[in-house]
Amino acid sequence: MKNSGKRSMVKPFFTKGGAKVPHRKNTAPMESVVMPAPKEVILPMQQHIGAPCKVCVNVGDEVFVGTKVGEVGGFVCAPVHSSVSGTVKKIIKVTLPAGNECDAVLIESDGKETLDPNIKPPTVETKEDFLTAVRESGLVGLGGAGFPAHVKLNVPKDKNIDTLIINCAECEPYITADYREVLENSWAILSGIYAVREILGIERAIIGIENNKPEAIKILSEIADNEKYDPEDLVTVVSLKSSYPQGAEKVLIKALTNREVPEGKLPSDVGCVVMNVASVAFLSDYLKTGIPLVKKRVTVDGSAVKNPQNVIVPLGTRISDLMEFCGGFREEPFKMLMGGPMMGIALVDDSLPVLKQNNAILAFGRKEAKLAEETACIRCGRCVSACPMNLMPTKICDAVKKGDAEEMEKFHIMNCMECGCCAFSCPAKRHIVQTIKVGKAQLRAELQKKKEGNK
Amino acid sequence: MSKFYVSPSPHLRSRASTRRIMLDVIIALVPAIIASCVHFGWYPLLILAVCVAVCVASEFFSRLIMKRDNTVGDLSAVVTGVLLALNLPANINPLIAAFGALAAIVVVKQMFGGLGMNFVNPALAGRIILLVSFPTAMTTWVASNFQAVDAVTSATPLAAEANTYSYLELLLGSHGGSMGETCAVALILGGVYLVIRRVISATIPLVIMGSAALTSLILGRDPLFELLSGGLLLGAVFMATDYVTSPITFWGKVIYGVGIGVLTVLIRQFANIPEGMSFAILLFNILTPLIENITAKKPFGAKKAKEGAK
Repeated sequence: MKNSGKRSMVKPFFTKGGAKVPHRKNTAPMESVVMPAPKEVILPMQQHIGAPCKVCVNVGDEVFVGTKVGEVGGFVCAPVHSSVSGTVKKIIKVTLPAGNECDAVLIESDGKETLDPNIKPPTVETKEDFLTAVRESGLVGLGGAGFPAHVKLNVPKDKNIDTLIINCAECEPYITADYREVLENSWAILSGIYAVREILGIERAIIGIENNKPEAIKILSEIADNEKYDPEDLVTVVSLKSSYPQGAEKVLIKALTNREVPEGKLPSDVGCVVMNVASVAFLSDYLKTGIPLVKKRVTVDGSAVKNPQNVIVPLGTRISDLMEFCGGFREEPFKMLMGGPMMGIALVDDSLPVLKQNNAILAFGRKEAKLAEETACIRCGRCVSACPMNLMPTKICDAVKKGDAEEMEKFHIMNCMECGCCAFSCPAKRHIVQTIKVGKAQLRAELQKKKEGNK
Repeated sequence: MSKFYVSPSPHLRSRASTRRIMLDVIIALVPAIIASCVHFGWYPLLILAVCVAVCVASEFFSRLIMKRDNTVGDLSAVVTGVLLALNLPANINPLIAAFGALAAIVVVKQMFGGLGMNFVNPALAGRIILLVSFPTAMTTWVASNFQAVDAVTSATPLAAEANTYSYLELLLGSHGGSMGETCAVALILGGVYLVIRRVISATIPLVIMGSAALTSLILGRDPLFELLSGGLLLGAVFMATDYVTSPITFWGKVIYGVGIGVLTVLIRQFANIPEGMSFAILLFNILTPLIENITAKKPFGAKKAKEGAK
């Protein structure tokens, strides 16, 4: 695959399972719109996986765009920066969509959007410089998981990384944020890849895109095939079949490299680092300008939204403000989602802010949000053939319902990545992945108890 | 209080539904129903109506008595009714048919918890109950309208002392037999429809037919004749593929199919009964959980050594 002349012709490897979800990428042809600073922003200290940040400003402080308001509170953590210029009004507690509570800085905007005068491009000479710069940028995985980027890029010395994978699959319905990123910020992606390569010493980079985005494939292939922009023939663009969850890390690695990440292991165990396309593009912009992660391209769509579009929104903007910017609602919103319809989290209310790892806010009317009643399992096996992890979801469900931890483990419940293909495919409309999520939590608690008992 | 409706992901479902699957099975059985009318007149429709009506009514009332939700809407009782009717001789007493339908739904299906919980196929078990209870009525077949015999009754090709039927007659079904099993063309048509609609995978029917053909060849029987006669096609396409009672893994389906195919021919060759399909399917229905256990899939990224360790 490496250094083959016609790189855009490379075929992906076989991946199992998946579901034919509808695409509904209505916002794909529309150019992203920049949203001006709202009156107030709320910046939670937990917008990533890991330890929460510590608030490092006081009420009354004057802040600018890019001023740090949350200092890292541990290694697996990414700082939070102000997305507007103005004054710190309050330190409040917010309940995040996942249900956990954390501190948040509420900033009143002066509407000027003045950039912090201290911001300058980082000087990067060594690997350590680079990792520090990445940490200071506040970058987390923008694809949805929100894993701090500097941790991901700080690969342990004993692991040999040869492949950088750029995730541009965007397999969730509705979401087009990454697609617009490619169209509107194409060059940054290539220079971002080169920056990461320099540090990690990888041999190749593969961009994986689903074939329902021909425009993006064309643009990226043109750049990647051009000697001027890709002098070392480093980058390959691979067109993937559009099948959910093509963008799931393990599935993507299998499709692009034919390597299987072992159960409970990380991509680095098979020599890969996976980054979201928007993360790489941001990194390139950051190395040039020094402006940390303060805004984000978010797809606003769904049957209840008046003007669906991609919005470049200041982080911390209340979802209600964002919806207002998009013309409000066409009908009473019955259900609102943070993220896509397959894995997104249903929101309790719309006063929550837009977070770093958000890539979509969707709003649906009653008709579209209503789910059918659960009926008896007819053992049709559709969940089994849909599972990209090759699990037997219906068997796991039975084990969870019995509360049988041993059987849950026997059917590899922890290997489930909660993509939802099983529940999507189920003709009996059973809550399969939902039950498995409960089972995973139960098993984790049980293992924890065992561990403590052994002490 | 939540401002919006909150539920765990996924928030999107495919359009597939149990009802639609059952409807597809009924549609797939229409050619066989038409064929049975062509060969045996209008009487099959009466039997069909009796079986469906009794199945639906027993489903409704047994759920009612057990204080469970009404599941008549999923159409699974209708499928059982149609399948049972097609497995009966065309001149069967309607009361016998009704008894079979009642037993299939009440004893085999609802007493075990309803759809998805029964361990053998209800229609098949209903047929076997009738076969054991009313052996004469269940093995006295009327001749097809197209048969050049004067007799009112006619043996199935399998029971006939010598095979006097041409392949064309077997394909079109102009011979004696259960009302839905005789016309091979209609059954194949239905099977193709189910595979195209992705209601069933072709694995089970193909493996059954393949292994049955091979076994007949080894035993010196005519493979094509074996495939086209008796209940083999009806069983392979519509009964053995019943989701509830067949394995969900690919290799499970293969083992199950081979088992049914081989056993059917062995029964036809060595046992004292002319037809082996029902009993072969019944046995492998019962073995399904075991087959599933030994063919559990290897999860993505899991170590091979761990397989089947527990």
